[in-house]
Amino acid sequence: MAARDIHGIEAPWTEFKVVGKSHRKIDGMAKATGEAVYADDIQLPGMLHAKTLRSPHAHAKIVSIDTSKAEALPGVHAVITGKDMPIQYGVIPWTPDETALAVDKVRFIGDEVAAVAAIDEDTANAALELIEVVYEELHAYMDPRESLERDEPQIHPNRKNNNVSKHVELEFGDVDGARKASDVVVEGHYEFHGSTHTAIEPHCAVAKVSPEGVLTIWSATQISHYVHRALARVLEWEPQKIRVIQPCIGGAFGGKSDPFSLEFCVAKLSQLTGRPVKMLWTREEVFYAHRGRHPMSLDYTTSATKDGKITGVDAKILIDGGSYSSFGLVTTYYSGQLLTGPYDFPSYRYDSTRVFTNKPPCGPKRGHGSVQPRFAFECQLDEVAEKLGMDPIEIRRKNFHGEHTKTVNGQRITSSGFMECLDKVEKGSGWTERRGKLPFGRGLGVAGSMYISGTNYPIYPNEMPQAGIQLKVDRSGLVTVFSGANDIGQGSNSVVRYIVAEELGMDAADVRVIAADSDLCPVDLGAYSSRVTFMVGNATIDAARKLRKKIVTALAEKWEVPEARVRLIEGRAIDLEDTERSIPSREAFEIAEARFDTLGSTGAYNTPTLGGDYRGGTIGASPAYSFTAHIVEVDVDEETGRITVPKVWCAHDCGRALNPRLVAGQIEGSVYMGIAETLLEDHKVNRFGLHSGPSLLDYRIPTAIDTPEIEAYIVESLDPEGPYGAKEAGEGPLHSAIPALANAVYDAVGIRLRELPFTPAKVLKALREKREQESKAGGAAAAMDRHLGTH
Amino acid sequence: MLRLPKFRLEEPTTVEGATALMAEHGEDAMVVAGGTDLWPNMKHGLFEPKVVVSLKRVEAMRGITVDEDGSLRIGATTTLAEMAQSAPVQASAPALAQAASLVAGPQLRTMGTAGGNVMLDTRCQWYNQTHFWRKSLGYCLKKDGTVCHVVAGGRKCVAAASNDTAPTLMSLGATLAFASADGIREVPVGELWKADGIWNKKAERSEILTEIRVPKQAAGHRGAYGKLRDRGSIDYPLFGCAVRMDLGEDGAVAGADLVCVALVARPLRIKRVEELLVGKTPGTEAFDSAVQEVADLAYAQAKPMDNIPGDAEYRRELVPVYVRRTLQAAARGEGPVHHV
Repeated sequence: MAARDIHGIEAPWTEFKVVGKSHRKIDGMAKATGEAVYADDIQLPGMLHAKTLRSPHAHAKIVSIDTSKAEALPGVHAVITGKDMPIQYGVIPWTPDETALAVDKVRFIGDEVAAVAAIDEDTANAALELIEVVYEELHAYMDPRESLERDEPQIHPNRKNNNVSKHVELEFGDVDGARKASDVVVEGHYEFHGSTHTAIEPHCAVAKVSPEGVLTIWSATQISHYVHRALARVLEWEPQKIRVIQPCIGGAFGGKSDPFSLEFCVAKLSQLTGRPVKMLWTREEVFYAHRGRHPMSLDYTTSATKDGKITGVDAKILIDGGSYSSFGLVTTYYSGQLLTGPYDFPSYRYDSTRVFTNKPPCGPKRGHGSVQPRFAFECQLDEVAEKLGMDPIEIRRKNFHGEHTKTVNGQRITSSGFMECLDKVEKGSGWTERRGKLPFGRGLGVAGSMYISGTNYPIYPNEMPQAGIQLKVDRSGLVTVFSGANDIGQGSNSVVRYIVAEELGMDAADVRVIAADSDLCPVDLGAYSSRVTFMVGNATIDAARKLRKKIVTALAEKWEVPEARVRLIEGRAIDLEDTERSIPSREAFEIAEARFDTLGSTGAYNTPTLGGDYRGGTIGASPAYSFTAHIVEVDVDEETGRITVPKVWCAHDCGRALNPRLVAGQIEGSVYMGIAETLLEDHKVNRFGLHSGPSLLDYRIPTAIDTPEIEAYIVESLDPEGPYGAKEAGEGPLHSAIPALANAVYDAVGIRLRELPFTPAKVLKALREKREQESKAGGAAAAMDRHLGTH
Repeated sequence: MLRLPKFRLEEPTTVEGATALMAEHGEDAMVVAGGTDLWPNMKHGLFEPKVVVSLKRVEAMRGITVDEDGSLRIGATTTLAEMAQSAPVQASAPALAQAASLVAGPQLRTMGTAGGNVMLDTRCQWYNQTHFWRKSLGYCLKKDGTVCHVVAGGRKCVAAASNDTAPTLMSLGATLAFASADGIREVPVGELWKADGIWNKKAERSEILTEIRVPKQAAGHRGAYGKLRDRGSIDYPLFGCAVRMDLGEDGAVAGADLVCVALVARPLRIKRVEELLVGKTPGTEAFDSAVQEVADLAYAQAKPMDNIPGDAEYRRELVPVYVRRTLQAAARGEGPVHHV
């Protein structure tokens, strides 16, 4: 890690003027007024429209494809199939198992087989119907347990481990010994179902090829850089001749983190036809593209002493990966690596296996890989507390790992505001006065969690920075920031603006941001793993301070005063000891431009060396971790089984909140999404291998009326390495919503729900079982009473 | 976005103009009012009319009037939002206003119409899907195929009547006016249905529903609608029940009816409800136990199938709960019964 990478938690000029205050998002008005340009808004002269032919079979060999009739249809310009782009790719360079269009075989219903470019969408759709594909159906895997046990047919041929995508087994400390020595052991099996991101904007890409052979692609992606690399690889095109632009994006949540078929197809079709080509996926196609939450079967054992100290955690996890690898290697590690805080436990083992099935491919969804284990573990912690008669918040406090420490698997923890998170939700919810005292059917539950602010694993090994920023300033008074980061609505462009305005003492409105255009902006790795504010924020401070130095030096020379007397503040430059001497920023920039010639600067960030000294030890190793605590209140209708959530209290430690309004928005959005997948959403495939309802009608995301009241608390632990002390806020606050809800249901009606989603039918079943057990126990007790009575 | 197939849009301004167009084009034509049912179905390739006759400009078909005898006339293209918010409908047919207020979500209710909800196509998880999806499935009995995926070996389509307002109209004894080139005919809404999920109405597809007439209800009329669904908005019913309960001057039940929906192809009237409830006074134990008997009766008669999304067993389990709650709500002059 270079010196450039740590900038301290302090304000650049004694006190913060921009940072820490609530501002409107940089693109808020453009989005509200409809001015914002999304990928599908792009219309180019002569543009063709492309559509994708998809597999109707869950698992089949492609015997033959005849495109001649489609090609002959008037208005059709080109038809492509897998043989046009046979080079495999994958976002993780070690597991390239995808092709732009299927080569030889298809692996799920919806897998891409061919693409057509035509004068309009209707003609393209008509052409798809004319493509003749002969398939030879293969046995389709729907159950991950079958994928584990059965060798033939292989979903991806020539793999050593049959249908296993990735297996990780790691042990830290003596788990078995801890268990033997413990006073309390809780064992349980948990099922976590699949869910998808449901970004409101469907995937869309537009490509054109210039006469000079430059391919420009506009895509609704959250990882421009990996799209750039994948295009170069698959199209065998020199990277300097590819320009990737991410227009305004209508949500992503992890669902736009892979290179997708449509990006390659529009590029190839544009190359073949010499025309710009657009492809917009339907909602149904977005459900097939998926890359959502992995279904997991989780077996957990937690051991503890009688005073509530956790001594060991033992996990065995089966992960249903769907049909391709995607981020699966990382998912498999994350399922184990990210559980080791905010609690300290001396022994830990996990054995995670990701298998392929013939379903839409899973990938990263908000809280990638760690939401599922967190659910299992936080439910077990509640059970440990119950067995010991401890308050569930107290057991969490008791096991807190502290600040500036190391986890059992070797992760370096810096700042942690977890205890304050617990305090906030405890107080806000009236926990002490209300828990356990609410009427039957009402309950409160608590859970905690931890998440990364990016990791030092850059997906492809390289020595270059993870994030870059470039600044341009001139005599107009404008500062332009060129940011490689993908703003996916989380507000990264806004954050960059606030930081530059803060450092240069400017009015934020005079800082404009150009982002995610590979011709103009330096490389950033993308909007994933909650890395952007932390890494791009640091790169921005780095760049801004270099520029600030020049401006201050030029002014100090001009005014013949020491540099310490020059202050840039609120759109002006002033002499601290002679405040009569005060000029607008614009004049300051003129002086600097005259002194140093054309002004600009670059900034970068890279992570320190982190992680445990073992294979996979760097995966999940983050420069800083965020912490969250949730308390969820539930209302369980005993007759209908329906769980409603009147209120959620969520406290999140994001370090310094650069814009508290954006942080609160991330907390609220995370709570919404967590509750949604707990109670309603279910990305499932039916007995035919078909997605059971790939539409916004049948895939139930909560409406406004279904959304709980949310109290968002921001906790600021000020991380020594974050930009001004900031950490992540976009994914962490989802995790503990789910187990807190499960624990609240136990408080409300005394049932432990271990299988998600918590449908009313499952609640009724669990209530029935509980009544049966109680009546058995009651019967036994009555019998005992009679027995005792007779003697 | 899914594409609409090509068609010609006709926009007549009179009922006669509309019926003439329907007669002219026969099976090639369909009518559309709000389009909240037909347009998505066309995008799914379920219907491919060459001509679509829009009723939007037919002024005579819109609006709610109260006749001198106290009966309601509801023009078929009156929006569901208007019907839900109409003071006369709320006052004299509360169950109908409640049901209309729970159809889909606010935006859809400002487009969807009273007549459109009556004429709603039956729904099924194997049917209301895109062409690609249905083709991958191998189609189904209702459209393009020969196999029923709900009932193994089933020969008759069991797609479910999913219109919230239909059972309330049945409970209220409403009649429907259908126009065609041959003139106007009136049909009691209870006699409209047949047990065929492919087309569950005893009306020609070319006939145009122009008006819904709701007769004046008894002096002590009470009504309520109960709707089970996953979300607090948007979703079609997983089960729906409409209650009419007429209280006599003595406060006891003088007449009653219970009609359910989202079960089979037609709305289902539960038998023997009136005889169990008549003479019982709300608020008494006798009434409560009669309500429980009705709920048990509904449980025995109403058997949800795996036609629409949602766990059929769970839906069945909820039949008596929703029936009981809706009867009690009606007795109290409340409703609708819904989870939010």
